[in-house]
Amino acid sequence: MNSEARPVIRPMVRAVPILPAMWAVLKRDLQVNFRQLQDTLNPLLFFVMVVSLFPLGVSPEVSFLQVAGAGILWVAALLSTLLSLDHLYRHDFDDGTLEQLALQPQPLYWLVLAKTVAHWLVTGLPLVLLAPILGVMVHLDGNSIAVLCLTLLVGTPVLSFIGSIGAALTLGLRSGGVLLSLLIIPLYIPVLIFGTGTVAAAAEGAPVGGYLALMGAFLVLAITLAPFASAAALRISLSNN
Amino acid sequence: MWQFFHKLGSPKWFYGIAGRWMPWLLWSGLVLALVGIVWGLAFAPKDYLQGNSYRIIFIHVPTAFLAQSVYIMMASAAIVTLVWRMKLADVFVKSVAPVGAVLTFLALFTGAVWGKPTWGTWWIWDARLTSMLILLFLYFGVIALGAAISDEKSSARAVAVLVLVGAVNIPIIKYSVEWWNTLHQPATFKLTEKPSMPVEMWLPLLLVVLGLYLLFGWLAFVRMQTEILYRERKTHWVKTLIRPEGAA
Repeated sequence: MNSEARPVIRPMVRAVPILPAMWAVLKRDLQVNFRQLQDTLNPLLFFVMVVSLFPLGVSPEVSFLQVAGAGILWVAALLSTLLSLDHLYRHDFDDGTLEQLALQPQPLYWLVLAKTVAHWLVTGLPLVLLAPILGVMVHLDGNSIAVLCLTLLVGTPVLSFIGSIGAALTLGLRSGGVLLSLLIIPLYIPVLIFGTGTVAAAAEGAPVGGYLALMGAFLVLAITLAPFASAAALRISLSNN
Repeated sequence: MWQFFHKLGSPKWFYGIAGRWMPWLLWSGLVLALVGIVWGLAFAPKDYLQGNSYRIIFIHVPTAFLAQSVYIMMASAAIVTLVWRMKLADVFVKSVAPVGAVLTFLALFTGAVWGKPTWGTWWIWDARLTSMLILLFLYFGVIALGAAISDEKSSARAVAVLVLVGAVNIPIIKYSVEWWNTLHQPATFKLTEKPSMPVEMWLPLLLVVLGLYLLFGWLAFVRMQTEILYRERKTHWVKTLIRPEGAA
């Protein structure tokens, strides 16, 4: 009612606009990741190893790998993203950086968005770049590999964004890692279905534009909505502390 | 209306109301469900194609129906938790999540039992089956997260966020698996159309569905009462309720 009558507390220093603030967060996260390079590389190594399990564990036959290859790569990418998610907020939570971020005058939504983009740049993007090599190893043909990389390029950011919600919810909990997987895997299923579905359609010579458009829709939806949930979950986890 | 809403904020008031409603819900639910089940299993006509094996729909359809509605109810309660911070909404979510999981499991199980003679297999990766399986996983996630956070307030809000994120995903999951692969027939009941079954078949089915809703209401109230007693165990009214004379 009379909220206009209340005095407005202005910050002493003018707040940094949103874009430079996001850029600062992004740059800092990338720097931290490059200074702990081994931690950043581990999910990638995991990705390569999981992919190599399938020919050894199921069948090295070309006929099997050609059919299952895209699915194997997608499942491996999904698992390695899950593993890396714990990293997204954990260190910043432990040393108090996250609390400072939450206190910034900029909406937490944008800062979470920047953090998630940074996470994708160091975990998702390298997966996309590695995929062609692994694609050759599972005997996918050239066209399938190209489509696979395209789906991973659109799909892995979705994984990062959805995963950021789970990472924020399980922050500071004892059994965080397993719990995170439990919460997030059901939400990953649509991305997995369309990711592998696109490659299967491409292998049959069907047009893939519609599939890719749908995955793009997932991406837009994830970018716009997931940071909201993630930021809300972060505030809950911070207040829990 | 608003007065009722404000009263809902009081666990003590709800405890009393729930106690008064419970016998009605229990008995009306039992009567409806029993009449429907006996009618459906013993007296409804045989299906000309499937013979007697179709009769499992009198269990399968109501449980599947309710399994999905329970999640929708939980999502509505989650909004209430986040917007109004109402404790009772969280009590509801925590109390009914295991019930929803059991109902989802029952729907999957009865579906498998029906699928064996009809489709010739216990399980197939069909759209309906897969999306129900994912619904079961979502319930598991909600239960696991609720159990992992000890602080009551944070637990309530974290679970609410997860339930809502899941609710956004349910239509996406549903359509993604539907385009992916489907064998299951479309919904048996639609609000907008007349059922394609004869009245002797859908009327008992409707009775079981209504009965199961009432029984669910009863079970939700029982579980909510227990949860309220546990949470409010240090308050005076619970102490006097449990030990009328000895309360200090």
